[in-house]
Amino acid sequence: MSPKTLYDKIWDAHVADEAEDGTCLLYIDRHLVHEVTSPQAFEGLRMAGRKVRRPEQTIAVPDHNVPTTLDRANAATMTEDSRIQVEALDKNAKDFGLHYYPVSDVRQGVVHIVGPEQGWTLPGMTVVCGDSHTATHGAFGSLAHGIGTSEVEHVLATQTLIQKKSKNMKVEITGKLAPGVTAKDVTMAVIGQTGTAGGTGYVIEYCGEAIESLSMEGRMTVCNMAIEGGARAGLIAPDQTTFDYCMGRPHAPKGAEWEAAMAYWKTLFTDEGAHFDKVLTIKGEDIAPLVTWGTSPEDVLAITDVVPSPDSFEGGKVNAVKRSIDYMGLTAGQKLSDIEIDTVFIGSCTNGRIEDFRAAAAILKGKKIKDGMRAMVVPGSGLVRAQAEEEGIAQIFIDAGFEWRLAGCSMCLAMNPDQLKPGERCAATSNRNFEGRQGRGGRTHLMSPAMAAAAAITGKLTDVRDLM
Amino acid sequence: MEKFNQLSGIAAPMDLVNIDTDMIIPKQFLKTIKRSGLGVNLFDEMRYNLDGTEIEDFVLNQPAYREASILVAGDNFGCGSSREHAPWAIADFGIRCVISTSFADIFYSNCFKNGILPIVLPEDQRDALMKDAEKGANARIEIDLEAQTVTSSDGEVFNFEVDAFKKHCLQNGLDDIGLTMEKVTAIDTFEATAGAARPWV
Repeated sequence: MSPKTLYDKIWDAHVADEAEDGTCLLYIDRHLVHEVTSPQAFEGLRMAGRKVRRPEQTIAVPDHNVPTTLDRANAATMTEDSRIQVEALDKNAKDFGLHYYPVSDVRQGVVHIVGPEQGWTLPGMTVVCGDSHTATHGAFGSLAHGIGTSEVEHVLATQTLIQKKSKNMKVEITGKLAPGVTAKDVTMAVIGQTGTAGGTGYVIEYCGEAIESLSMEGRMTVCNMAIEGGARAGLIAPDQTTFDYCMGRPHAPKGAEWEAAMAYWKTLFTDEGAHFDKVLTIKGEDIAPLVTWGTSPEDVLAITDVVPSPDSFEGGKVNAVKRSIDYMGLTAGQKLSDIEIDTVFIGSCTNGRIEDFRAAAAILKGKKIKDGMRAMVVPGSGLVRAQAEEEGIAQIFIDAGFEWRLAGCSMCLAMNPDQLKPGERCAATSNRNFEGRQGRGGRTHLMSPAMAAAAAITGKLTDVRDLM
Repeated sequence: MEKFNQLSGIAAPMDLVNIDTDMIIPKQFLKTIKRSGLGVNLFDEMRYNLDGTEIEDFVLNQPAYREASILVAGDNFGCGSSREHAPWAIADFGIRCVISTSFADIFYSNCFKNGILPIVLPEDQRDALMKDAEKGANARIEIDLEAQTVTSSDGEVFNFEVDAFKKHCLQNGLDDIGLTMEKVTAIDTFEATAGAARPWV
């Protein structure tokens, strides 16, 4: 048998049907659903008189729209259209018999944080959701990717997707990461090199010593932004770190089933000599704390760098950079560490987990955010929030001057009231710095939680290593 | 789904790389529980001032391009989120075809579910069509899906590739779910086998 990549193995284990031209029906093990991209899919099912084929494999949670303020139990905190979407999910989850974590449930949170936390996401699975950051779940060695609403309806009805196989890409991060450098810097460094279309048509397997050394939280951060590099999915082979994380989770297997699962999971690695269509290697030691300066996640530079000149780019990127610099209100040659910010957002499916909060709190402990700074921490789930409170981290944020919020997507995409106003500039731990992403006219700089904490203290983009 | 066979129309040039789904349809318009009516908000923040008046120099606000049914765009069109609201808004505006050098994966797939043909061409050919589109309303571009050709207003013909299954579905306006339902036995068989092998799933 020819050697296979991890992606090949998971793919092969899920092909329910293959047509002569290679078009496959890929079986889906876990379908995650949220309120924004699902109402039209459920409506489609109703109109066609169809059921959800596997409600027990379908998990729903509202996250995009929900307010994160402490008074959110009051319906008046939500706009009417947001409330209608959340109520539609309440109703659809009930009518179709899905596993559901409503806003009132302490387990509610961002769908990509809830899934792993509850043990829904396990190695070797196929996981989809009507959200591009489904790539997050690849951290477990599961094939996970975002789908559109028509495909949501297709999975609800058939538990399969019509797919053709992607190509294999290997991203190896060798060696060790320097102090102050995190999983977020790793994933941003990769996008900085590949560009936002470099992964198009590929599934990326991240490997190498620096990846293996990451916790599950860090691995989720890395895979989360695979989509920002254009890849269909990002994967990391499961190992003892993965198994330790999964063990004992509410929906993880137990007893003899756990042993059987473990035996299978241990076969999930890329065979020696397996073929990759594209390979990228980065030395872990070479990665510095990074920030984005522009309006594409590929606009990545070390914090010690300066805003680039449009002339240093080629082709269509020249005009795009001119537009970005103008939108961002920057000047070519300006030091990144001179850029002043007025808002800090720590949270999202990229960086809303306990480890992210620990890293930010380590920088903030005993310090205050700059006067006039608007800073918020939005936990990825109610359970992350509870754990941070138990560990005393929440108090560090509060004492420093941060708002300590309830769980949701919040200012990552600004569908709820957490938004930037035109011209406001935010240090954000989320995943997209597109024009208007955090609010029309808002300016976003992406970075790690520790870097965002440092920026909150100084009021400027800051090299976290100076505060360590 | 509306069938797609041939299209002759005005092409609007958008010579910008990485046009993302937040540009195509900003998040405030995702709070709908319907698929229709999003065309008026297509490219909302590029197209309208804060007071709702039109930004004159935005391409789709220019008289020549108000009736555009084709977009010619910079590299990596549709990057970003999975929101199908992006192709819904494009289709609702009346655009049935987008031409670029590359598309983001999820957006590309979403187009085919909504009667939109995304065409990938090499850079020089896309650039030629961009120049053609810049001529305005008199330069009509023709698309023939059966022949897999794009013909510029000067009569220059470019061939494009498209997956045979996706082409078949688009030409016949087929519903994917209906097609998959015909293979329900294969799914049943798979579930039984996989369920025995991996009972923890």
